[in-house]
Amino acid sequence: MQEEPNSQTILPFAVKDCVLIAIATGIRAQNLRELRDRLVTVRPGCIYYHFWGGLLLPRFEEPEFNNDFAAWARHGLHDYVLAERLAVIDPTDFPDIETLRQELIEVIEKRLYESEMVPWSKADQQFYFKRSKIVVFDTKKRIVEPKMLSNVLPALSVGSIFYHFIDARRRTPEGVDDFSAWLVAFGKKYANLCKEIGTIDLYFTTLSEIRQRLARLCTAHLEKEGS
Amino acid sequence: MNELERYAEVAGKDVIEHLRQLTTLLRGKRVIHVNSTREGGGVAEILGKLVPLMQQLGLDTTWEIITGSEDFFLCTKSFHNALQGNAIDIPELLLNVYEETNAQNAERLREKLEAADIVFIHDPQPAPLLKLCPNRNGKWIWRCHIDISRPHRPVWKYLQNYINDYDASIFSLADFSQPLPHDIFIVPPSIDPLSEKNIDIAEDEVASVYKEFGLDPELPIILQVSRFDRFKDPLGVIQAYKLAKKFTPSLQLVLAGGGAKDDPEGEVVLEEVRVAAADDPDIHILFLPPGADRTINALQRGADIVLQKSLREGFGLTVTEAMWKGKPVIGGDVGGIRLQVINHYTGFLVHAPEGAALRMRYLLSHRDKLQAMGHKAREFVRENFLITRLLRDYLSLMVVLIYGVEERIELG
Repeated sequence: MQEEPNSQTILPFAVKDCVLIAIATGIRAQNLRELRDRLVTVRPGCIYYHFWGGLLLPRFEEPEFNNDFAAWARHGLHDYVLAERLAVIDPTDFPDIETLRQELIEVIEKRLYESEMVPWSKADQQFYFKRSKIVVFDTKKRIVEPKMLSNVLPALSVGSIFYHFIDARRRTPEGVDDFSAWLVAFGKKYANLCKEIGTIDLYFTTLSEIRQRLARLCTAHLEKEGS
Repeated sequence: MNELERYAEVAGKDVIEHLRQLTTLLRGKRVIHVNSTREGGGVAEILGKLVPLMQQLGLDTTWEIITGSEDFFLCTKSFHNALQGNAIDIPELLLNVYEETNAQNAERLREKLEAADIVFIHDPQPAPLLKLCPNRNGKWIWRCHIDISRPHRPVWKYLQNYINDYDASIFSLADFSQPLPHDIFIVPPSIDPLSEKNIDIAEDEVASVYKEFGLDPELPIILQVSRFDRFKDPLGVIQAYKLAKKFTPSLQLVLAGGGAKDDPEGEVVLEEVRVAAADDPDIHILFLPPGADRTINALQRGADIVLQKSLREGFGLTVTEAMWKGKPVIGGDVGGIRLQVINHYTGFLVHAPEGAALRMRYLLSHRDKLQAMGHKAREFVRENFLITRLLRDYLSLMVVLIYGVEERIELG
């Protein structure tokens, strides 16, 4: 029979925080063909930024579009069909940035094939490719045991949620969030909680909603466990 | 209560905690900001707040000014206009003054600048200082506060010689930048919630300002605060107001603004506005003196809806200011207004006076929506456009440069 791990030997969860700083690449597109051409060569960080960066940078909590390509198709090119097709792309469906890049190019190629003329934007509505740099720092806060989660999670900054929940999937070889990776070390006890955390919609949501859902899940699970 | 605590009350304690944590990564570093004036203009206003805040966070930060003759400022004013697209050729004589003035200032500042860990050079005036400090130790950043997306090429080519050698540049929007051989950081502008223009003021003060200008605070008020400039489309605002007034006869319009000494066209536009408004006593044209910040604050707080119907716009900080006061903004779909007015959420983006009139009518007859949008607008500014966010961005990019971050860095 497999023994449950000794929870006293598991290291506390180190809460980190992060900030993103946006960088203009100087690369831009004024029509759909240019966008396709630039997408082939821009660095992976640009694709990442235009899908995920918005979560931590100035934007509205309930954006009309979750990625910048879809927003530009709608507001710059006024191509509603393309905007909808791009908007539905969920980056979590793709194992890495390169396959996400291929999907983007595929959707755009299809639209170019369908279009009688290349959709274009006005000069002041061009698409500007950006990327970001991320600075991660230790908040010195520590979560010693899982039962602390329900108290700690609601007070975490959105930067911490981004780092431990979004960035973690790109950073870790298993592609899971840091909370689940830590809970796994406590054995089967939290397997269900990890499974439920895995169902949280990462993309069509906001960081504060993710934080809320995480806190609710942990509270519900820990209360059940305590009863 | 120190300044940081006052900001914590407005922006949130966690925001200030964030700043403190970032600052620990910069402990012991010497930071210098350099510009060409300590008073007047947006840059001095920002530095006047930013520098003390950096000091209170424990950063060794100083603010240096370069001085120059009238000809020097004539030259840099021409740079300013040319970088924003006016085809102005600057005489060799003035360029010599520019270079000599920077050389003289470098003599005075060289020791400090060469010893600093981070030097922020604001706008083109002090740009040549970098080349004049050959033994510099730190990272040098050129902070461009204006839109140089379509510059007069010969002037940009001349200045680029000075800018290329910087370690990084900062622009307010990606759309405002030019390609440069180093990282270009995007840091949107911000407002200071504790300044005279934005600080909370009592309702009776708002009422007394309205009384002073003969406005009835009980009746609906539409406000646009801007210079009398064609790009701000004041005539379009009057047209929109007249269309909306058919359905809300008690509607009042306030066009408040000042003129700029360097804008001879302002007088002409003001006269056109006066003519267009002549037959309507409910249109109030307020030509305000410089520094009437508290009056503008009161006007914004008392208005029902704020307009910024620009045809061309930089970032448009008057939009941010109005949103901070919980007002929905009907703005032209241009420049930085697009970044702030999230269509149907924090206000409406419009393309014509008819569009502005339509949205005015909608908001005036749906007071619940007007309130809800205003609330969202204020929260949007709190999250994204307060000076604390600007400070966080500055601290972050200092960390990025000092630690040599390529894509990511984990510290602490």
